[in-house]
Amino acid sequence: MLLQALAFYVFAFVVMASAAMVVVSRNPVYSVLFLILAFFNAAALFLLIGAEFIAMILVIVYVGAVAVLFLFVVMMLDINLTAIREGFLKYFPVGALIGVVLLAEVLFALGMFGGASPTVAALNKAGIPIAAVDNTRAIGRVLYTQYFYVFQAAGIVLLVAMIGAIVLTLRSRPGVRRQKIGEQLYRPTGSVITVQKVTTGAGVS
Amino acid sequence: MMTIGLSHYLFVASVLFTFGILGIFLNRKNVIVILMCVELMLLAVNINLVAFSVFQGNVVGQIFSMLVLTVAAAEAAIGLAILVVYFRNRGTIEVEDINAMKG
Repeated sequence: MLLQALAFYVFAFVVMASAAMVVVSRNPVYSVLFLILAFFNAAALFLLIGAEFIAMILVIVYVGAVAVLFLFVVMMLDINLTAIREGFLKYFPVGALIGVVLLAEVLFALGMFGGASPTVAALNKAGIPIAAVDNTRAIGRVLYTQYFYVFQAAGIVLLVAMIGAIVLTLRSRPGVRRQKIGEQLYRPTGSVITVQKVTTGAGVS
Repeated sequence: MMTIGLSHYLFVASVLFTFGILGIFLNRKNVIVILMCVELMLLAVNINLVAFSVFQGNVVGQIFSMLVLTVAAAEAAIGLAILVVYFRNRGTIEVEDINAMKG
């Protein structure tokens, strides 16, 4: 129990610290790397309460796909790094004020300033129930039966996103020669070959 | 203090969400960092969903968290594609320069 609590505090601290670094770090590349660190530690937090499947999905989807996508785009775009920090101090007071107020509101709603909210207190006491089946099996049993259509809709969302991203970023540059298979296939036969009558000894003009 | 309850996870999630909002307010120059902050906020939402799901003993929250992940991945792909196209056309992604649709 002590070890679990210790691990929770370490992972939670790293998550929050790296989230702060995402916001304040100078270079967007460092921001992406801290984002990856935050995702890894959030996955560890999920592992601690026994949500193994979501933890692995988080690592695969976020770290493996989304964060790498961010990294590619950050490195591909030529961003002026010196100009990027201008205005940071100008907006810091209002941003910090809004952040503090929002955090206080959320914590107050959760009942962390005394007067615990009854739901949270009850759930705190309830503790983690020991699952009869392992986490992945439990998710699969519900996901592929009760939420099957939602699952399919999620697939359609991903398909639309993929097609959208390809359509948006595809471009045909004027100076580059590319094979246009459609045009090749649709060339009319008459413009490509001519049939000539060749008389003996005259050759083809 | 030594037993980790639901409120610990809710605290972490609320701090993450606040950092996300703070980042959106602070970064007036770089749209990519704003997208990253949106990802942070979605991560906070996921932590909330998973924590409630586990402490209630109900697996539906984790399924919803997976759907949130799906939408987040789609959003990141589309957002970054739009960003790349915008940078190609205008040569900048500073927030204050993006005013092509201003009336």
